[in-house]
Amino acid sequence: MHHEKKHPVIKRRAFVETKLCVACGCCKKTCPLAAIDIHKGMYAYVNEACVACGLCVSACPASVISLGEVAS
Amino acid sequence: MNTKKRWYDYLWIFSLIYLTLGFFNILFAWIGLLCFFIPLIIAAFGGSKIYCGRYCGRGQLFQLIGGRFGLSRKKDVPRWMKSRVFRYAFLIFFFAMFFMMLWATYLVFDGAGSLSHTVRLLWTFDVPWHWAYHGTFFHPWVAQFAFGFYGVMLTSTILGIVTMVVFKPRSWCVYCPMGTMTQLICKARNHGSVPHGFSGNR
Repeated sequence: MHHEKKHPVIKRRAFVETKLCVACGCCKKTCPLAAIDIHKGMYAYVNEACVACGLCVSACPASVISLGEVAS
Repeated sequence: MNTKKRWYDYLWIFSLIYLTLGFFNILFAWIGLLCFFIPLIIAAFGGSKIYCGRYCGRGQLFQLIGGRFGLSRKKDVPRWMKSRVFRYAFLIFFFAMFFMMLWATYLVFDGAGSLSHTVRLLWTFDVPWHWAYHGTFFHPWVAQFAFGFYGVMLTSTILGIVTMVVFKPRSWCVYCPMGTMTQLICKARNHGSVPHGFSGNR
């Protein structure tokens, strides 16, 4: 059995525009994986658990979250 | 999945009760001071903005009415509304209006002004509210403050409802003065702190 040529996995995740984030916590509430949290009341930040489902993007009242590729 | 409901997920009921009570007896408006002090205390002493996402009944109410009940266009807020310039300016404006309200209370306390049985909406419209005033057990300034504070709470609720409908359900959170204040307190307190293993936001 020959193996298929492996394709590079491109990981996607959410990105927060920290400067415009109001740290309201709507994203944290919505995330099903606890992949986004509010750092000490200052701004939201994304961790490794993110799978770019996009729920936080819709939930964010300030619309400061977007999805993108992780630079490898 | 974070779908299990906790007791604090029902605080929107308190927000509704608060708004209703002020319609029947204006003195209940004083309870609203809790929504003013608790977030500030948590920010100043706990260094966190957890009140917003977990305990704010108003936010939950907007999410319920705009989100679940669909009374929202779900459009992005304009860029100027989420800018620091607008958020700080709105905070300053809100405070200026709040201090004017405190001044009106002081005038009644001092006997230099008489109790006005009205609620001021959107800092402009003095709406009759005399049915909610039930007597002279307390000095008139106590009622004057209640009328004034209730006006502040109703005004912000109205603004929140408008932006809930026009933009996203919790659009109020973007320019909420309590949010701006607590974030500023947290930034001052936790300045320079970066999350553990933080790889960076865009």
